[in-house]
Amino acid sequence: MSLSAKVRNWLDERFVWSELTAPLKKKTVPKHKYSYWYFLGGITLFLFMIQVFTGILLLLYYRPSSNEAFESVQYIMTRVKFGWLVRSIHSWSANLMVLTAFMHMFSVFFLKAYRKPRELTWLSGIVLLGLVLGFGFSGYLLPWNTVSFFATKVGTEVAGQVPVVGHGIMVFLRGGEEVTGATLSRFFGFHVALLPGLATLFIGLHLLLVQRLGMSVPKSVEAEWKTLPKERREMHFFPNFLLRELSAWYVALAVLGALAAIWPWGLGVKADPFAPAPTGIRPEWYFLFMFQTLKVLPAKLGPLDGELVGILAFSVGALLWALLPFFDKDGTNRPRRWIMGAGIFVLTYMVAMTIYGYFAA
Amino acid sequence: MWLPIAFGVLFFLPVGVSAQTTNSCLDCHLVLDPPQKVSREEAAKDIHFQKGLNCTSCHGGDATNDDPNIAMGRAKGFKGKITRAQVPALCGSCHSNGSYMRQYNPSLRTDQLSLYVTSVHGKLFAHGDTKVAVCVDCHSTHSIRPPADTQSTVNPVNVAETCSRCHGSADYMKGYKIPTGQFNDYSKSVHHEALAVRGDLSAPTCTTCHGSHGATPPGVASVSAVCSTCHVFQAQLFDASPHKAVFLAMELPGCVTCHSNHLIAHPTDEMLSTGAGSVCVKCHLDGDAGFLAAQDIHGKLKKLEAAISRSDQILDQAESSGMEVSQARLQQAQGRDALTKARVTIHGAQVEQVNSDVQTGMNVAEATYQAGVAALAELNYRRKGLAVSLATIILVLIGLRFYIKHIESPSTARHGDSST
Repeated sequence: MSLSAKVRNWLDERFVWSELTAPLKKKTVPKHKYSYWYFLGGITLFLFMIQVFTGILLLLYYRPSSNEAFESVQYIMTRVKFGWLVRSIHSWSANLMVLTAFMHMFSVFFLKAYRKPRELTWLSGIVLLGLVLGFGFSGYLLPWNTVSFFATKVGTEVAGQVPVVGHGIMVFLRGGEEVTGATLSRFFGFHVALLPGLATLFIGLHLLLVQRLGMSVPKSVEAEWKTLPKERREMHFFPNFLLRELSAWYVALAVLGALAAIWPWGLGVKADPFAPAPTGIRPEWYFLFMFQTLKVLPAKLGPLDGELVGILAFSVGALLWALLPFFDKDGTNRPRRWIMGAGIFVLTYMVAMTIYGYFAA
Repeated sequence: MWLPIAFGVLFFLPVGVSAQTTNSCLDCHLVLDPPQKVSREEAAKDIHFQKGLNCTSCHGGDATNDDPNIAMGRAKGFKGKITRAQVPALCGSCHSNGSYMRQYNPSLRTDQLSLYVTSVHGKLFAHGDTKVAVCVDCHSTHSIRPPADTQSTVNPVNVAETCSRCHGSADYMKGYKIPTGQFNDYSKSVHHEALAVRGDLSAPTCTTCHGSHGATPPGVASVSAVCSTCHVFQAQLFDASPHKAVFLAMELPGCVTCHSNHLIAHPTDEMLSTGAGSVCVKCHLDGDAGFLAAQDIHGKLKKLEAAISRSDQILDQAESSGMEVSQARLQQAQGRDALTKARVTIHGAQVEQVNSDVQTGMNVAEATYQAGVAALAELNYRRKGLAVSLATIILVLIGLRFYIKHIESPSTARHGDSST
């Protein structure tokens, strides 16, 4: 008996292992021309695991106080063995994770994978995207450099514009009226405790739903398979799909390593709360489309404040986007075409405004 | 320069706070032709008017009476036109009175007139020369603003221009036998740049060195004292240097000998050299001890400057490659400080003292250069590490691809694709 068989037997006797792995052996994944889009969710999960791993390593040295945060990150990057790599990978991985999460969302949108019965999968995914953005926003401040300090100031100010509850949200986020060391402690708490806890919960739910409902097949492929049942192709999840997913993770790892080694994430200059804000302060790229929109809006739109109109529009838009599966039901083609047009518009708008925001003076 | 002050110092208008509600002076002077005309805007900005004084405070008379013969009558103490000869005494009648001035501004000095009489202006004035500056020439007549007001003619930023109205005019200064290019020179100086371009109000203007009310040119003996009010260390080093006694013996005006007076340009290391731009060779001859010391000091300063520049270049290169070198950058500031200190120390004309500062800077520059070298070596190491990692990943990917192909081949299709 081979060693692996011996181990399997040993586990089987103690955990009834074969019963646990039986569903995996039966589980299949549809195979068609759009199958590659399935990998985006897995890559996002892989990047999240990288974040957890590198985040734990950073925690060994990082000090969450306004007096020590910058110096501790500087120490990690200059004195700790491979600290530069861990920090660079953490920063690059965070950005790639936001990118793949958005790509995953839009791929699900355009393949209409959110259709019944996957409404809850879509909703949990939207929550996860919000959590990812929360990770990005809270983590950005932690090195306590000038750019992150003022970007957080601007970001929390925007939150403060929300009618009625805005000021309360701003004070809650900042831990006071201004961005101070209290904000840093608070953001650190969100970043390493609250958000990871919530993310683990929702990732669990998301994966459970994917497991229970299986991968969605695009309508066009489904129709094709209905006409030509012989064309229907599937592959086993284990090991065929998993090995492919693993290959995608390796590619992601290679990209991540190359980015971290060729363009190590900079540290900038330590934040000085008493210094005037430097010119050209802008948030991370994934908030840029919103930031640029608020910037180009006129001060007044009718009787309302321009910025307020922008914030309300984004809030309503995000809510409608989250509730999308409940609008896009099977039935007439008209609303579905309208939704597809709206999706193309949203994607184009986000990309265009991000590019505009990046190059705008 | 007879200014149109025929009607004296003040014809103020009833705008803002005024102790007097009617002012018959204005009935005529608002509509008269210049120089008798007064303007509402001009007067509203005047500090005297703002404090509640009016036309009669300087010119006498009765502004409450509408009859010009009574209002400007001798019985009412009307003084009429205040001549230039009367101006210092008239202004001094209030500004030298401490108890009177205290009600308006307790911190304002009251020694302007006593200083004025000691100034070159005041001395010539006492000898009957009314062409020299009196109070109104610098402070204006009817729109006198406090010096802190940026539009005031005596605000630090505007002082040089105010002085140059007379001292820059060759025609007006004819007969006084003093040059008139001071403002032109000062405009090109490092001091003017600091004050006018960088907005550093602590930078010197004419009055900083010459005094304001007691304006006088600093003599040979007092030049160092004037410069040392700001350049303390340079002055201390110079006083302890062998140059001090020699300069005094040769009646050379200290700092001005090397740096000039009004046209004080950015000091350069070349001033210490024995080549072009050298000030040392004005006195020292080729081969003498001072000549050799200047050569030595100049060489060392240049060496330190080059070492710092070399470190900057390698740190720039490392930083643009994404390496974290901020600590070396911080350390590099100490090297620059050492260079600045060495450039100050040269005023002591002691080679050993300069050497000590230069050596401190050289040590720092060497350390930061090595930090740059180490950063670039680390970058190289990272790139090699990346190449090895990528090669490994590519190999694994190829292996996975083959393995997938193998398990999905018809012969081993046990775990492969399945058509349903």
